[in-house]
Amino acid sequence: MLRTRIIPCLQLIDESLVKTVKFGHHGYIGDPINTVRIFNELEVDELCFLDIRATIEKRPPNFQVLQHIAEECFMPLSFGGGVKNADIAKKILSIGFEKIVLNTAAFETKQLVTDIANHSGNQSVIGSIDVKKNFWGKYQVYISDGKKKIDIDPIEWAQELESLGAGELLITSMDNDGTWKGYDLDIVSKIVKSVRIPVIANGGAGNIHHIEEVVKKSNASAVALGSMVVYQAKGLGVLVNFPDRLTLESIIN
Amino acid sequence: MITIVDYGMGNLGSVLNMFKKVGAAARISSDLNEISKAEKILLPGVGAFDAAMQRVNDSGLKDILTSKAMAEQIPILGICLGMQLLTQGSQEGVLNGLGWIKGKAYRFDDRIDETFRVPHMGWNTADIQNECKLTKNFEGELRFYFVHSYFVLVDNPNHSMMKTNYGLSFDSAICKDNIFGVQFHPEKSHKFGMNIFKNFASL
Repeated sequence: MLRTRIIPCLQLIDESLVKTVKFGHHGYIGDPINTVRIFNELEVDELCFLDIRATIEKRPPNFQVLQHIAEECFMPLSFGGGVKNADIAKKILSIGFEKIVLNTAAFETKQLVTDIANHSGNQSVIGSIDVKKNFWGKYQVYISDGKKKIDIDPIEWAQELESLGAGELLITSMDNDGTWKGYDLDIVSKIVKSVRIPVIANGGAGNIHHIEEVVKKSNASAVALGSMVVYQAKGLGVLVNFPDRLTLESIIN
Repeated sequence: MITIVDYGMGNLGSVLNMFKKVGAAARISSDLNEISKAEKILLPGVGAFDAAMQRVNDSGLKDILTSKAMAEQIPILGICLGMQLLTQGSQEGVLNGLGWIKGKAYRFDDRIDETFRVPHMGWNTADIQNECKLTKNFEGELRFYFVHSYFVLVDNPNHSMMKTNYGLSFDSAICKDNIFGVQFHPEKSHKFGMNIFKNFASL
């Protein structure tokens, strides 16, 4: 039986770990290296790092931090943020990460998705889509850390990313990010139904029942956790943690 | 010294990181002279079967690897595509594999129903079929991280080290004498993979 992957999705700003609420205000979590050591000991399935400001600050990822992370972590690793060309992607992969997350760059340079997929395989590219509902409840896609709305339907964009060569999709609900109120089941299930590649649900997880819900109701292949794994509880202080494996298994499988 | 063969297929940083972690001396090399002096060889690989075999054939690596494996009989461990290369071939391509272990790689898509997404990606369990030097010191359930679209079946059941289920049962680790292969990524599989590397390093 293949296990549903449960992935702490950690936000970086250069060398600091942070956590946002609805893509806006962010709290400081700490040093990424100490944090990943804890996740490594907890034997989490996989880790995803997103430098949420690299693109808008027009800077490359902090390779030194990524190098340290890769030396500490013996699990699959993905990174996104500021990967605007194939050379940056190759450098991150050679450090020991196996997946590159593309969001803004995928939209601005579609060929980049295909180039990385051709060079390192489809499994090495995660297409990332940030979605937000407008006033009328219609889903809209944003890039550049949620700053720029683009005129494309999320389902069409998901299918296009798949055909460009993405091997996986990360679907983040901007409305639910950091709210602890659960995933946006609707958009996740719509996208799961429209592609054949694995879909990772992100944004809003607050407890293990939210995980169960998105896996069972939306058929997501994997789920990403943010606030839940870096805070004690909603409104409380920083505590790096991960839900008990046996509890998770009994709920999901 | 363990030599991690760099033939342009896949990223070797994480393999080297894990050897460092278990305290084994290892280096990445594409130099034929260095590889011919290796005491142990790790054959990694991510990508397409024919592209990998083409590089092994064109670079002159094939003769060196064959002499290390067959004449010198040093321990050789293939990972992921590197394991598939140890067999006779793959449905993914037309070139012959190294053929040290009889068997072949097949496409998942042709044989499993479509509720199983391909690639087989994520953590899955493995059951030991035949004990060998790499299966020492394992206890309880074994789980590893997989990413692959083709799976191996060996001809001789004695050459199956572990089996895994994903819509069907396949050989997730294989061994024959000094030749070992694992379909999963031990370098990304926490203590389970670390144990494989430790066992390999202590051969």
